[in-house]
Amino acid sequence: MKLWLKIAVSVWLTAVIIAGIAFPMMRVPETWYHFPFIPGLEEKARNIIFHVPISWATVVAFVMSMIYGIIYLKKKDIDYDLRSVSSASLGLLLCVLATVTGAIWAKFNWGSFWNWDPRQTSIFILLLIYGAYFVLRSAIDEEERRATLSSVYSIIAGVTVPFFIFVMPRIMSGLHPGSLGDEQGKGPVLEFKMATNMLMVFFASLIGFTVLYFWMYTLKVRQMRIERHVQQITDSQ
Amino acid sequence: MKKLTFKSENIAKLYNRRVILDKISFSLSEGTAFAITGKNGSGKSTLVKILCGVLSPTRGTVEFSVSGTVVPYPDYYPHIGLVSPYLNMYEEFTAEENLAFIAKVRGLGAGWNDRRDMLLKEFGIYDHRKKEARYYSSGMKQRLKYCAALLHEPSLLVLDEPSSNLDRYGIDAVQKFMELQKKSGILMFATNDAEDLQFADTIYNIEDVKQGSR
Amino acid sequence: MIALTSYHIFVKEFVSEFRTRYALNALLMFVVTTLSIILFSIGQESPSSDVLSGTLWIVIFFSAMSGLSRTFVAEEERGTSLTLRLLVNANAVYIGKLLYNFALILVLSLIIAVAYLLFINEFGVKTYEIFWLTILLGSAGLASASTILAAIIAKANTKGTLFPVLAFPILLPLLLTCINATKLATEGAFLAEAMQEFQILISFTVVMIATSFLVFDFVWKD
Repeated sequence: MKLWLKIAVSVWLTAVIIAGIAFPMMRVPETWYHFPFIPGLEEKARNIIFHVPISWATVVAFVMSMIYGIIYLKKKDIDYDLRSVSSASLGLLLCVLATVTGAIWAKFNWGSFWNWDPRQTSIFILLLIYGAYFVLRSAIDEEERRATLSSVYSIIAGVTVPFFIFVMPRIMSGLHPGSLGDEQGKGPVLEFKMATNMLMVFFASLIGFTVLYFWMYTLKVRQMRIERHVQQITDSQ
Repeated sequence: MKKLTFKSENIAKLYNRRVILDKISFSLSEGTAFAITGKNGSGKSTLVKILCGVLSPTRGTVEFSVSGTVVPYPDYYPHIGLVSPYLNMYEEFTAEENLAFIAKVRGLGAGWNDRRDMLLKEFGIYDHRKKEARYYSSGMKQRLKYCAALLHEPSLLVLDEPSSNLDRYGIDAVQKFMELQKKSGILMFATNDAEDLQFADTIYNIEDVKQGSR
Repeated sequence: MIALTSYHIFVKEFVSEFRTRYALNALLMFVVTTLSIILFSIGQESPSSDVLSGTLWIVIFFSAMSGLSRTFVAEEERGTSLTLRLLVNANAVYIGKLLYNFALILVLSLIIAVAYLLFINEFGVKTYEIFWLTILLGSAGLASASTILAAIIAKANTKGTLFPVLAFPILLPLLLTCINATKLATEGAFLAEAMQEFQILISFTVVMIATSFLVFDFVWKD
């Protein structure tokens, strides 16, 4: 990644974090930096600026990992496996963060850390899939076989994801805005009563976290490439 | 009469970044016996697997053509017969059942029964044909593997350690079929046994190639 | 041609199982054990049919997990997978094993379902059409996902514990749908009311088989 982009992301995300935490919430917003006060959510609404973008980045990481897995199967070039696993390991980290930020929010808004709401369940299953993916990888010694089998597993896991979207709302009622049990917020999460300035910070955060993910991803890939190279040298000695 | 050619070009195989095989190139035509040698651990068995299409090489290609048309790499298993130490028969089936299963899944035409009986007799296990393979000695298992590999009259016969586990009688039977294969198709075998090597027209030493490549 | 070859592989699996009884005896004992644990733990209580629908599918899931990996693991362990690879094309192997796994899990879940109906009095099914259709389609779904996963774990170093770990997140939508449909059957819903559940089960199975078909070659050839 280019240096200017790194600096830009750092400044951008710092601004987003400051805005997200420090902008005052007012019942009647007066200036551009006043967030509106949402009844029922109150100050807790700030979490939307962190929790949702992280969850989004988790999904991006998962999809990227699967796509690189497919490319690996096509090209049989081990570098694509490095990319796939790099993305997956970042995805696991983001998934844990999304689960934790979500659970904390749930505790203060819905009364308990875990409610088996459809979206909570989905992120939990994503966590299980990531876990299984790494368990599978650690159970195979040979590099190429490991790459092939874990790619196949991520494809198999990937095709089951759409089923959760159909199955979950039928099994359990949702607490997240946008789920079936929710009256005020039909439609996706973003639509629910967000003022323009908050929406802008939210999207800025979404972009910021996505670019941050790509930055971390390129670092991780480089680190894995170097590790592999070093191992190659020590092996041949 | 079909015309066979077998060509391998620049095959390389890496296991966990270690080079097992590199720059393996040769080409064979009908009526040849080709021996692969090299000390233990030099990658003979790996090469045999790649040539048979059960293991994909890291680099390089294998090309097998019948009457001028190239058979796509992974799909030439109907033309191949392989005998090797890591290729086992189903233990809970008798010799007869094992061969019947092979004939059925290969879709062999009528007349395979006669060939099966002939092979069982040639390899001296005809009297044990109704015994489950788990009661066989290792030599008898090896003979059964030959029957299995030869049942469909393969145009390419590949043998990994042809005479392992066999007594004089078995070795004679094997040598008879190696002789026949040389005339009717292509024979390829990996061995370090001096007696086996007498059958070869060409001897290919993996070590030499490796040395040359460094 | 491929259908015939798959059929021969299916027959081979079947005869092999009949001769060795690797899976079936152990699986039957597994079913007996788990069912008696459930019976003991229920004791004098009368749990709701929601809970009982859940435990039914837990028993079916774990017996599938202990039985369905056998087909591929046995080939790998006994060194016959290479033989098979040289004999037939990969798709025929996949179909043959899928059919065998389906037959095995169908027999098992039928046995479990019958035992469940006989011994657990609190579990009252009112709409039998929904119940048996769920068992049938659920078994198909279990077999479809387990077959490709079994092929994967047969190539790994540690096989035993890996299977349920890999299978659970993938089978979860299927299991939840099966539990839901079973609940409907105990509540006396009309057949038409469970249609959406059946659609999910069928599409899950179809998607799994289609995906497995595309990727099986990579797993099998390596």
